Amino acid sequence: MSTRLEDYRQIVGSEVIDELLMLADRVRHLRLQHINSTSVGGGVAEILTRMVPLLRDLGIDTTWDVIKGNQAFFGVTKAFHNALHGGEETITEEMFDVFRATTAMNLAELDTYGDVIVVHDPQPAGLISRKPDVGGHWLWRCHIDVSTPDPRVWGFLQDYVAQYDASIFSMPDFAQQLAIPQYMVPPSIDPLSDKNRDLPDDKVRAVVERYGVDPDRPILTQISRFDRLKDPLGVMRAYRMARRRHDCQLLLAGGGASDDPEGAEVLHEVREAAGNDPDIHVLELPPFSDLDINALVRGSTIVMQKSIKEGFGLTVTEALWKKKPVIGGAVGGIRLQLLNGVTGFLVHSPEGAANRAVELLGDPELRDAVGTAGHEHVKENFLTTRHIRDYLLLMLAMEHDDTDLSLLTGGTP
Amino acid sequence: MRDQKSFIFDTELRLVVLTGIKVCSLKELRAELPKVPGSSIFFHTHQEYLAHDFQRSAHYNDFARWVSQALREEALAEKLAAIDLLAFTTIRELRDAVIGTVDEYLGELDRPGYECRPEEAFHFCRSRSFVLPTGIVADDVDDFFRKVAAISHASLYFHFFEARLRLGRRTSDFSRWLTDRGRADLASAIDALNPYVRSLDELRRDIVRLGTGAPC
Repeated sequence: MSTRLEDYRQIVGSEVIDELLMLADRVRHLRLQHINSTSVGGGVAEILTRMVPLLRDLGIDTTWDVIKGNQAFFGVTKAFHNALHGGEETITEEMFDVFRATTAMNLAELDTYGDVIVVHDPQPAGLISRKPDVGGHWLWRCHIDVSTPDPRVWGFLQDYVAQYDASIFSMPDFAQQLAIPQYMVPPSIDPLSDKNRDLPDDKVRAVVERYGVDPDRPILTQISRFDRLKDPLGVMRAYRMARRRHDCQLLLAGGGASDDPEGAEVLHEVREAAGNDPDIHVLELPPFSDLDINALVRGSTIVMQKSIKEGFGLTVTEALWKKKPVIGGAVGGIRLQLLNGVTGFLVHSPEGAANRAVELLGDPELRDAVGTAGHEHVKENFLTTRHIRDYLLLMLAMEHDDTDLSLLTGGTP
Repeated sequence: MRDQKSFIFDTELRLVVLTGIKVCSLKELRAELPKVPGSSIFFHTHQEYLAHDFQRSAHYNDFARWVSQALREEALAEKLAAIDLLAFTTIRELRDAVIGTVDEYLGELDRPGYECRPEEAFHFCRSRSFVLPTGIVADDVDDFFRKVAAISHASLYFHFFEARLRLGRRTSDFSRWLTDRGRADLASAIDALNPYVRSLDELRRDIVRLGTGAPC
């Protein structure tokens, strides 16, 4: 279902929409081109799918192109991704050669024509070589947690990144030592997507029941890939501790385990650990389960995201938007979203998660207060409309020197 | 709005710029404070005032919050939070006040300072601002107070908080214009409102009350 900008007016308020229209007036003469590596699947494609039509609705000539690559290339970029994330990967010279060869192929085949070109993540980063020929303002948008990158892979990538006019990172922690400006643009969720839009109570109840969960008893939920960094076993420990003091069920749901060997292994461990507890529900959700995920979160009493390492943690954003009290690991972007004790609770251990769960299970007013504050926090900071505003400002920034308001705050007085 | 008859309401939109400078201890913070751009000092002492009320912590500025949460130096956090932003009309003075507070604390510290974990580091940011006209214009003093009631937080913030540093005086764009319109009485009353102890909604409400004669 295609949404229009005006559909957001009642959600975010007229002030926000009018501000976007005012900004769009100033950059409408610029063509905006996004380039990434996939049109479906993954967070970047999800954001662009929703954002590009809205930018067009604002009258911005926006296009979205996707680079080509074979299996070997995407194998290499997956390894780069993991290495940039701080994971241990064996990186060979041949892998860099594969990356360079695919970049050369895309340089020959892909047309770059935007006045402002936003290149997303490492895969298409090498297209910057085209800049001297075609001109335009080039922005490299990094969606990855590069707080502790593998120096070799980052060094390789940095040679490309340094040629851009500016870079964009999701959090202060991801900032690098670069000679080009580094802007911070957090990711966002779309309040009108299937994963986030309002659902009637009977629909929520029906979905919860369909998965065998009792909608009349408290539900602790973690929606996440089956990945050790999301600590599903820690969530289960927290549930078992909380369970001694308050009746509840546990729902662990995630997708993608079938085509991910490590995911399948973790899923197996989780199922084994669950044993025959009828109140633990481990669900492997198929792709395109957005409406079901939406309903399962809405039907939950508390949402957990007890990650050990996290990029931004959009599952937290999605739960907060649904006014759910969230207990999250004090890592990555979760710390930006859960202002401890106000918009959610930050924890460092299964014990901490259990304590907060018990506190919340016994206090409906606290759940409401935290859920409402969390919703407002997301509304102000992490919705698509804010993301679009930042892109419009970036377009404006590309056209003007960084001297505005210099009389106010610029320079070192 | 300089010397013109009408008051033109502007607004200010911001992008956050990452400086790439991070610190993990009090000594590192002290070493960077004199070097970071003035806009970074402004950003870390003011950004909380533009946030939603519930996001305001007891610390009021990023330096105080970080010193408390990452370094557990509660006494210093309290001293940094107590810096009276209203007392300064230049970033230089504000920067000196922050540095002075840290220096005094370090001078009295009789133990090694704590170093936080890398993931708790303080990252210096600054904002890049874009000032744009809102299209809202007040033709006279009565009209001005009617229009103030409807302006956005960002517009209020620009004309009130940032004007002090832009004009280098303990005043606001509103007061300056009202003085030019022969209403120094209203200008003084508005200057007496402390924006740092009110939410933006409360500040807007109190300005409107002054203009309409209602008690604040």
